[in-house]
Amino acid sequence: MNLLSQTVRLAEEGGAAHAPVVAPDTGAGGVFDLLWLVIALPLLGAFLLLAVAPFLQGSLKAAADKHGHLVGTAMSALSFVLSLVLFFALLGRGAEERQVGQQLWTWFETGSISVGMDLLYDPLAALFLLLITGVGSLIHVYAIGYMEHDARRRRFFGYLNLFVAAMLTLILSANFVGLFLGWEGVGLASYLLIGFWQHKPSAAAAAKKAFVVNRVGDIGLSLAIALMFATFGTTDFAGVSEVAGEASQDTLTALGLLLLLGACGKSAQVPLQSWLLDAMEGPTPVSALIHAATMVTAGVYLVVRSNFIFELAPIAQTAVVVVATVTLLWGAILGCAKDDIKKALAGSTMSQIGYMMLAAGLGPAGYPYAIFHLLTHGFFKANMFLGAGSVMHGMDDDVDMRHYGALRKAMPVTFLTFAMGYLAIIGFPGFSGFWSKDRIIETALAENLLVGLLALLGAGITAFYMTRLMLMTFFTEKRWEKDVHPHESPKVMAVPLIVLAALSVLGGVLLLGDWIKTWLEPVTGTVEHHEPPLPAIVITLIITAVVAIGVAAAWFLVGKRDVPREAPQDVSFATRAARADLYGDAINDAVVVRPGASLVGGLATFDRVGVDGAVEGGSAAVGGLSTAMRRLQNGFVRSYALSVLAGALLLVLALLAVNLA
Amino acid sequence: MILTILILLPLVGALVTAFSPAALARLVGIGFAGATLLAGVVAAVQYEVDAGMQLTETYVWIESLGVHYALGVDGLGILMVLLTVVLVPIVLLAGWRESDAEGNSGAKSFFAWTLALEAMSLAVFTATDVLLFYVVFEATLIPAYFLIGGFGRSGRGRAATKFLIYQLAGGLVMLASVIGLYVVSANSGTPSFLLSDLAAIDIDPITQRWLFAGFFIAFAIKAPMFPVHTWLADTTEKATPGTSVLLVCILDKIGTFGMLRFCLGLLPDASQWATPAVVVLALISIIYGALVAIGQDDVLRLIGLTSLSHFGFIVLGIFVFSPTGGTGAILYMVNHGIATALMFLVAGFLIQRTGTASIREMGGVEKSAPVLAGFFLVGGLAAAGLPGLSPFVSEMMVIIAAFDHHWLVGSVAVLAIVLAAFYALWMYQRTMTGPGTTPVADLDKREVGILAPLALALVVFGFFPMPLLDVINPVVDDTLAQVGIAQEGGQQ
Repeated sequence: MNLLSQTVRLAEEGGAAHAPVVAPDTGAGGVFDLLWLVIALPLLGAFLLLAVAPFLQGSLKAAADKHGHLVGTAMSALSFVLSLVLFFALLGRGAEERQVGQQLWTWFETGSISVGMDLLYDPLAALFLLLITGVGSLIHVYAIGYMEHDARRRRFFGYLNLFVAAMLTLILSANFVGLFLGWEGVGLASYLLIGFWQHKPSAAAAAKKAFVVNRVGDIGLSLAIALMFATFGTTDFAGVSEVAGEASQDTLTALGLLLLLGACGKSAQVPLQSWLLDAMEGPTPVSALIHAATMVTAGVYLVVRSNFIFELAPIAQTAVVVVATVTLLWGAILGCAKDDIKKALAGSTMSQIGYMMLAAGLGPAGYPYAIFHLLTHGFFKANMFLGAGSVMHGMDDDVDMRHYGALRKAMPVTFLTFAMGYLAIIGFPGFSGFWSKDRIIETALAENLLVGLLALLGAGITAFYMTRLMLMTFFTEKRWEKDVHPHESPKVMAVPLIVLAALSVLGGVLLLGDWIKTWLEPVTGTVEHHEPPLPAIVITLIITAVVAIGVAAAWFLVGKRDVPREAPQDVSFATRAARADLYGDAINDAVVVRPGASLVGGLATFDRVGVDGAVEGGSAAVGGLSTAMRRLQNGFVRSYALSVLAGALLLVLALLAVNLA
Repeated sequence: MILTILILLPLVGALVTAFSPAALARLVGIGFAGATLLAGVVAAVQYEVDAGMQLTETYVWIESLGVHYALGVDGLGILMVLLTVVLVPIVLLAGWRESDAEGNSGAKSFFAWTLALEAMSLAVFTATDVLLFYVVFEATLIPAYFLIGGFGRSGRGRAATKFLIYQLAGGLVMLASVIGLYVVSANSGTPSFLLSDLAAIDIDPITQRWLFAGFFIAFAIKAPMFPVHTWLADTTEKATPGTSVLLVCILDKIGTFGMLRFCLGLLPDASQWATPAVVVLALISIIYGALVAIGQDDVLRLIGLTSLSHFGFIVLGIFVFSPTGGTGAILYMVNHGIATALMFLVAGFLIQRTGTASIREMGGVEKSAPVLAGFFLVGGLAAAGLPGLSPFVSEMMVIIAAFDHHWLVGSVAVLAIVLAAFYALWMYQRTMTGPGTTPVADLDKREVGILAPLALALVVFGFFPMPLLDVINPVVDDTLAQVGIAQEGGQQ
């Protein structure tokens, strides 16, 4: 694939120790020459399913509709196999050589800037590739069953493939413009999939809201790209990381804050969080893949990937920590009040991404744990979303947990797999989430006591709302109607659940011997770890105790009481606020939507009456055009040819006059 | 000779079409449009990248006044020629049946006037003599007037008159500057209207400013820019979508084409002097156009107003005087032509089916016509600058250059990416999604055949814009050299 390759400047070795320079080896050869294929496979799937299939005729069209999902799943699976091969190839190289580049073609170039379609495969990208294609393939398989009765299943798989291709582009791009291509691509896929059932006005509105709110974040990313060009003349990771140290402090702070704005949009961090709960309108496999495991974590990736900027911009790093801390609590509080199982999980996703962001904001000490938690969360949250989908599948698509109860008997596989995810997220000792969250809280405590304590509080709330969800769904007495017959889902849905449950349990192995920390070192650098205020084992015990309190509280408040089928209305202000998403939408409405609507309506009228009137009236007054206009309208002078003739005559006369003079 | 052939073909075609029997008129018309397309491709093949003005033809027309029949193309010219010869056959195919509909002036008339407009537009994009340019610039108004007035919805007569008045006013102001140029030329020796002769004259700054004002006002009306844009919304609302494609995607480009050729090319000092005011007007156009578009209920009017925002970007790119800005602006002219043509034509097919252009009265079209909805979404996303579709590249370039010019300018311009996403997706939401009313037929083969090349071009140039940029970059370097801005050393 080197036929289109262009040489671009590569960074030299060097730079500050805490902000490693990205210096990809572009001539790695071997299997690394196939890097582009990781993206191309799902892209081909999307192309076939979305751009070719609709124009087929007769039996071919029928075959495409009937078997299209297999093409989509195969493309994703092939991409996963290739990702595995690439991973082991990278593992086989020395730590110094684990940055491989591939230059595909020059995307665009002007007199002063040049942007290449360049890929960068390094330890960070390698982990993401496995997560995206691995979990992605499992979800493809699951969706074969989940979407079986949907007439537009082929299209659904086309969108899923499009998403995978875009997400891989986001991760593999070697510069910020290419990253932005993937960034917007996943936004498009998310838009299409949230609105997949767009005959429902709520789904169509949620899809648009997600895209538009994300675009507010994109202002940040776009301006960051512009600022990089203005400051460094490039957006290549290699180029920027090499010279970032030479930029002024204000520039670096601005860059960090702009990138954070972008990250807030994509990762549903406060204040751009409002779209994520609405996004649950999408089919559940979408919620699992895009709005839990992969796309929404892209903001965390952006911060970790841009470590060479954030490391030099302490104010921006502080902003990341503040946003993250607010969001991890915000999401957890929403999770406590929701009766819709998917929305409760979505609140939880916000909160967990808050943890990742928090770690990412803590610098090199936190980066590996941000990615570690991102991976374990990818496993257990995808697991639980798919589990929720399985429950909905058996409950005639009812999402209200107040209508569930005692489902553990009717759906044993779903229950057991869901329970693994549950134990992982609350941080039950030994499960994957235990290791990842524990490290984040520990690091936070070492860096800043207040932030650490708030993160600890968040762990307690997480245990509370997840236990509440678990109890309302699988325990307590049954509350479903007579004509509902909960049943276990088919094997094609159960197998992905089992695999993800296993990963939720075992994900912690990545931390064995600090493997993930060492693995990511070429990307994130190393730093002297601050000593936590207490011995690590004591902190772990405290966290576990807080989690136990959360579980116990849920048991006493939910498990030991009757759960009413209708949500009680005489509740405290706090509950009402949490149910209303902490008034996030109300604030948006008051600050943006309503003034915006008035402005737009006013301007539209102003344009018709004001500007038009002023220009017409003004020009008429000045040029005496009103007479001409009336005549033209009266049909007095129908042909404009006369006017042109008059103009031409005038011209000739004037020219003659000048010449004679 | 090829450029003369290029202009004569559609001109003769217009006459032949007008006098052929009604049954044959459309075939004759499309035949000439196809031949013109072929001639355009031949010209493009002969064109050499980075060789300045070429394919030139120069004949003295009025010797005593220094007027020439002089043609030639540079990178900008050849791209505008190609855009024109590609879009015209597409518009004719799209208007195949529509122009014969009740209340319209008939297909024969539509085809003939369209070819006449094509001939005049090609003459504008290839003229290298200022007086010749002025004459054909004015001459485009005749076919345009009859296309607006003869086809479309009720109220089109008034829209046509309004269009004419605006353009006429612009033309008269420009005429003053054309005469002024002649005076300057005559005073410096032998009078000449040739661009190359005029560019060599060192015009004093004060005179430049007066001349600049004349040209700029005319081009700002044409482009259009705030506040002289209001003809645009009325025209696109009342005219047929095909006519709107001709007007907005081809004819309006004369405005920004003229700014580059005449304002920057002949009056560099005045252009730089006027930059702050022009940049502010461009920013207002970008934001104001997008906001007003959001507030529209008429699909065609909405699409027309989005162009106000897009032309703001083009003008902004031209007037920040940088390689990236200039290249972005010219690329934007091409991309906007493709994307907006797609939007207008899909909207036209949609309106034929729903019988209304009111967004409020539509809904749920996707359910029964997914292919139509798909094209509509691609067009909307292109307008919103989604990466992967060609307008993104040009818009990003302009934003980068604007930010480099002044961070505040870039920061205001970038707001458009949110507003554009909003008008595009909100329009899609209200027309295509929801439970739907009465089912409509999906696009037929002819309609898909019309739209597919446009959608394909958006994707191909979204990922591979380099063939276009290779043509554009040298023009921008030349233009900036004329303005006296040394090209920044390329970093890579």
